[in-house]
Amino acid sequence: MISRVMPQLLRSLFSRAFVNPFPAANMPSSMTEAMSNPELLNPYLPVGARFRGRLNYDRAKCIGCRLCVRVCPAHATDYQAEEKKIIIHNDRCCFCAQCTEVCPVKCLTMSKEFMISSYDRKANVVKDSGSVGAAPPAAKPAA
Amino acid sequence: MSTTYTIPIGPVHVGLKEPVTAWLELDGEKIVGARVRPGAIHRGIEFMARERNPIQVIYLSERICGICSFSHVLAFIRAVEDLAGIKVPPRGQYIRTLVLELERLHSHLLWAGVACYTIGFDSAFHLGLLLRERVMDVLELLSGNRVNYGVATFGGVRWDVTPDLDRAARDMIRYYRREFTPFREIVMEDPIAQARMRDVGVLTREEAVRHSAVGPVARASGLRIDLRKSSPYEAYADIPVEPVVPQDYLGHAHGDVLDRFVVRVMEVYQTLDILEKVLDGMPEGPFVAEPNANKVLGQLKPAEGVGWGIIEAPRGDDTHIVSLKAGEDNVFWWKVRAPTYANAVSWPLMFRDNELADAPLIINSIDPCISCMERVMVTGGREGAQVLTKAALIDLCRAKTARISGGVTR
Repeated sequence: MISRVMPQLLRSLFSRAFVNPFPAANMPSSMTEAMSNPELLNPYLPVGARFRGRLNYDRAKCIGCRLCVRVCPAHATDYQAEEKKIIIHNDRCCFCAQCTEVCPVKCLTMSKEFMISSYDRKANVVKDSGSVGAAPPAAKPAA
Repeated sequence: MSTTYTIPIGPVHVGLKEPVTAWLELDGEKIVGARVRPGAIHRGIEFMARERNPIQVIYLSERICGICSFSHVLAFIRAVEDLAGIKVPPRGQYIRTLVLELERLHSHLLWAGVACYTIGFDSAFHLGLLLRERVMDVLELLSGNRVNYGVATFGGVRWDVTPDLDRAARDMIRYYRREFTPFREIVMEDPIAQARMRDVGVLTREEAVRHSAVGPVARASGLRIDLRKSSPYEAYADIPVEPVVPQDYLGHAHGDVLDRFVVRVMEVYQTLDILEKVLDGMPEGPFVAEPNANKVLGQLKPAEGVGWGIIEAPRGDDTHIVSLKAGEDNVFWWKVRAPTYANAVSWPLMFRDNELADAPLIINSIDPCISCMERVMVTGGREGAQVLTKAALIDLCRAKTARISGGVTR
């Protein structure tokens, strides 16, 4: 029985990692400090082509049509009536990318950024990320 | 003098993945009576749906379950399509079938690994989960996510199958044909694994019929039932599926945990064949009828009535019933019956005359998904739950109205 399992287990030593390794080689005394020093951390594995990360929002382009608010399953897009713009609560976002699909002016895009956890809820509110870093969304050929 | 003790397994227990309580009555090590009490993880998802429109509920239904998430999504979507009469292009149907089968593959591999872990066969557990990573990679390539895929929408799917994905899926099928058999043999030819699973948690054929077991649990008891054969949906109309039953492989269906293992393991091979046929027969053309979610919402606004969606999830029949009202944005009501709800009824029968040490294995053997199951619960006194008829419930309801209104009734 052992001999049947051993070849499989030995082979797995030399295959590539499926998941991100633990961020640090050893458990640091303060994880928060270690995370703020990116050069000390293990590098992340690359994400897939269709990976959907934190939302980018180009506030200047937004026309306030509220189509994204209508389709957002998690109520992550919050309409600001007096400014006719939205703010995005990324901590509620479920990364379905429906808002980027329905947006008529394409002011919403999904980034590849996934390290977005925070103790501060306000840090996860996107008010305006500008057009900088607005990479085209994950490849989706038109129907 | 014989004395029995009552011992709870759960709601939090190392052998269980999700909270459910089994109150076991023990005579020594032997289980003489069992009562299963769910109710620790009711989330009120159906109620949440009443303040969301159908497009939003797609992503809510995905979160009913983390393993069979696409089955729940598809059952919900098929219910709404049934109601509103939305047609799905053939390529959309094939991609849906592809994801359903990929999901069945990863669910069965996960269960096979966890079953080994439950009997303490940890090296096989790690091997099973190692095998599962390959199908997760294909799902990630297709949808961008490993768990909640966000693939389906009304009238089709959201992501197309690219040539890259086709190649990756075919590589994956070859990988499993090569690598899965050693795993199966390691577990099934192991005398200890045999001893731990054979004649444990028996559910006979008659009991499976009487207690409406579904999915792999019913098939392990020897029943040839499979919705993919009896009422084909999506691409299963083109792809014949025969129910996998243990008597075809072992000559006789015991209805025990080993048979459930055999059924799921053999379904992995069947799934690989189906996947290959889906990839070969993938038609060209559009994969979604209407890509704009807001236009779909406009189409659904005048829809009125009740729609049904029933599909064969990895664990059994998954039924969703949806009601929409014309002129209203939100879902009027939505009812989910997850396969575990049907299978959990058989738990007390499976516990008979087994040892306490087998209890976690028996609970895990139906591949329970308690979060899927907990929709409505009946609570009773210490003597157990009582069954109420519809008339009795209405009387109770009226009595409460009278009570809280201080006897003032209109």
